[in-house]
Amino acid sequence: MNLRNGRSKALAIGAVALVSTLSLSACGTDDNTPSGGSSSGAAPAAKIACADKGGQLLAAGSTAQTPAIEVWKAAYGNACTGTSLTYSGGGSGAGVTQFNQGKVAFAGSDGALKQSEIDTSKTVCTGGQGIDLPMVGGLISIVFNVEGVDKLVVDGPTLAKIFDSQITKWNAPEIAALNPGVNLPAADIQAIHRSEDSGTTQNLTAYLGKAGGGAWKYPAAKSWSGQGGQSANGSAGVAALVKQTKNSISYVELSYAQSNKLNSAAIATGASKPVEATAANGATTLANAKIVGKGADLALDIDYATKAEGAYPLTLVTYEIVCDKGNKADTLPALKSFLTYTVSDEGQQAIGAVGYVPLPKELAGKVKTQIDALA
Amino acid sequence: MTSASPADARGRTPRRRDSRRGDSIFFNLSRGAGVLLLVVMAAIAGFLTYRSALALGKNEGNFLTTFEWTPDAAKPVFGIAVLTFGTLVSALIAMIIAVPIAVGIALFISHYAPRRIAQPFAYLVDLLAAVPSIVYGLWGVLFLVPHMGGLTSWMDQYLGWTYIFSQSSSGVPPRNLFTVGILLAIMVLPIITAVTREVFRQVPRMHEEAALALGATRWEMIRTAVLPFGRPGIISASMLGLGRALGETIAVATVLSTNSKLTLHLLDPGGGTFAENIALKFNEAQPLGRDALMASGLVLFVITLLVNGAARVIIARRKEYSGAAA
Repeated sequence: MNLRNGRSKALAIGAVALVSTLSLSACGTDDNTPSGGSSSGAAPAAKIACADKGGQLLAAGSTAQTPAIEVWKAAYGNACTGTSLTYSGGGSGAGVTQFNQGKVAFAGSDGALKQSEIDTSKTVCTGGQGIDLPMVGGLISIVFNVEGVDKLVVDGPTLAKIFDSQITKWNAPEIAALNPGVNLPAADIQAIHRSEDSGTTQNLTAYLGKAGGGAWKYPAAKSWSGQGGQSANGSAGVAALVKQTKNSISYVELSYAQSNKLNSAAIATGASKPVEATAANGATTLANAKIVGKGADLALDIDYATKAEGAYPLTLVTYEIVCDKGNKADTLPALKSFLTYTVSDEGQQAIGAVGYVPLPKELAGKVKTQIDALA
Repeated sequence: MTSASPADARGRTPRRRDSRRGDSIFFNLSRGAGVLLLVVMAAIAGFLTYRSALALGKNEGNFLTTFEWTPDAAKPVFGIAVLTFGTLVSALIAMIIAVPIAVGIALFISHYAPRRIAQPFAYLVDLLAAVPSIVYGLWGVLFLVPHMGGLTSWMDQYLGWTYIFSQSSSGVPPRNLFTVGILLAIMVLPIITAVTREVFRQVPRMHEEAALALGATRWEMIRTAVLPFGRPGIISASMLGLGRALGETIAVATVLSTNSKLTLHLLDPGGGTFAENIALKFNEAQPLGRDALMASGLVLFVITLLVNGAARVIIARRKEYSGAAA
C-alpha cells in the first residue's frame, strides 16, 4: 500500500483510529463482565478513596494471598496512581519477621500472630501492637477423578482414612455408605498430597485432626505425615496429577479446582445435607467463626468440626498484620486507603471472582471499623 | 591432553629477571583468580559445615540411617538414607541409559554420518543442553509420566522376577526413580555426547588409516583405534554428566512422587534425592530445618567431590595406555 496521496493517508489514519476505538471499547466491556456484576469496570475505581498523600507501600508475607493482592493492586493502582504497592511473597514467617523489623507497612500471614510476636511488635508499633485483620478467605476443595462419578460425598473420618491409606478401595463400605446410589469402582484409591511443605497441607491436616474422629493420628503440620499415597509439587502439580490419574483424590484451594475443572467432593458435616465446596458455604463458616483476638485484634478460630447448615468446614482465612497504633506516619494514609478498599464489597467481590471466599458482611464490617481506627 | 598444554606453554617461555610490568600484572591477576576460586570453595565448605554442625547437634535420629525428614517437628528427626539411595540410583540409571547412547551418537556424528547431516545433527544435540531443566520437568510430568505406563507394566510383567522391576500395585502413575532416571538420561545426553564427539574427532588420522590398511573393517577400526583413544574422554564426559544427574533439582522435584521410604522396587513411586529435597523443603523450613538441609547439601557436596576424584584417578591410570600423548 503506497500512501503518497494525502487524502488516502488521512483516511488510513482515520480508519486506524476508528479500529482502535472500537477495540478499546470492546476491552472495556470484556473487563466488566467478570467483576462480580455489582458494578461496571469504572465504578470501583471511583469508589476507591485514595490517600491524599500517596507514596510507596511495602508489604510482604503469605504467598497464599499473593493472587488476591495482585488483583487488588491492579484495581487500586488504576484508581490511585499516586500510591504504589509492593507485595513481596516469601511466606508468612518472613512477612511477620519483616513487619516486626519495621521494614513493611503490613504483612500477610496465614496464621494469627503468636504472643511472642505480638510482644516484639510493640517495639515497632509505638504505643500500640501488631493486630490481625482477617482479609482473604479461602477454602480447600477435596478434588477427585473417578470415572463415572461426578458427585461424591465424604466426611472427616473417611478423608482421614483415605489420606492415611486405611481405606484403599473406592468401593470401601465407608465411602459407599456416604454415597448411596453411586456406582463406585472397585479400584485402588490414588491419594495425592503436596510434596513440599505447604500451608494448604497444614490446614487440611488441622481439619483431619479435629474432624477425623481420631482416625488422623498426626499433628497438624506443613509437611505431609500420612502413610502411602503419591506426592506432587505445588497446587498446580497436584491439580495436573489428579487430572491425569484415574481414581485419584487430593486437596487444592478452590481456585485451582475451578480453573482445572476438577470435581469437588461435598463434605458430610452432620448438617442436614452434605455441604458443597462453594465460596458462599465458606463464607458461612467464616461468619460462624469465633473472634479470639483481644481488643483490636480480630484473629479467628474456625471450627473445623462445624455442624452448622451450609458451613463448609475446610475453610481458612489469612490476615493482614498492621499496628493498631504507631503505624509510620508517612505510610498510614495509604495503608488505610488500601485496606479500606480491600475489605470493601468491591474488593472482596473482586477476589471472589478468582476463587477466594469473600468475607461475610458482618465480619467485613468489624474489620472496617478497625481499619478506620488505625493510627 | 588439555592438562599437558599449559605446562608446555610455561616451559617454552623462559622467565626473565626484569619481567615487564604487563607480565607481573597478568601474573598477579591470574594468581588472584586462582586464589579467589579457593576462597569461594573454602567459604562454601565452611558455611555448609558450620550450619550442618548446628543442625546435627539437635538431630534426635541417626543422620546417616534415618529415613524421615522432619527437622521442624517437636522432636527433630532427619536422615539422608533415602536421599542418598535415590540420588545414586537415579543417577546410575541415567548413566546406564545415557552413556551407550551418547557414545553411539558421538560415533555416528564423527565417523559415520556424511558431513551434511553430521553438522546439523551435532547442533541439534547441543540444543538439548540448552533446554532449561524446569522445561524437562514439565515435559516429564505432563508427557513422559502418562506415557510410561505401558513400559512399566510390561517391565513388571516380564522382568518382575528381578525384584527391582516388580510393581506393588498397578494403575499408579509411574512417578518413580526409574522414570526420573530416564529423564535424567535425556538431560545428560547432550553433555556426554558433545565431549565424547570432540574426543573422537581428536583420534589421530594415522591410527585410523593404519587400522584400515591392516584390513580392519570400519567397526574393527573403531574398536581398535577410536574407542581405546577416546576412553578417558568418555569417562570424563560421563563424570560431567553424572555431576549434572546427581545435582539435578527441579526436574526431579517435578516428576518424582516423594516419600520417606526406601524401596528397591524402582517402579514404585517414592524416594527422593538430595537436590530435590532441598528445593522442596527450603521454602517453608524453620531455622533448624534450613540447617538440616544445609547438612544434606554438604553430603551432596562431598559425594560430588568423591565422584570427580574417582574420575581423575581412572583417567590418570588410563593415560599411558590410551595413547593420549600422541
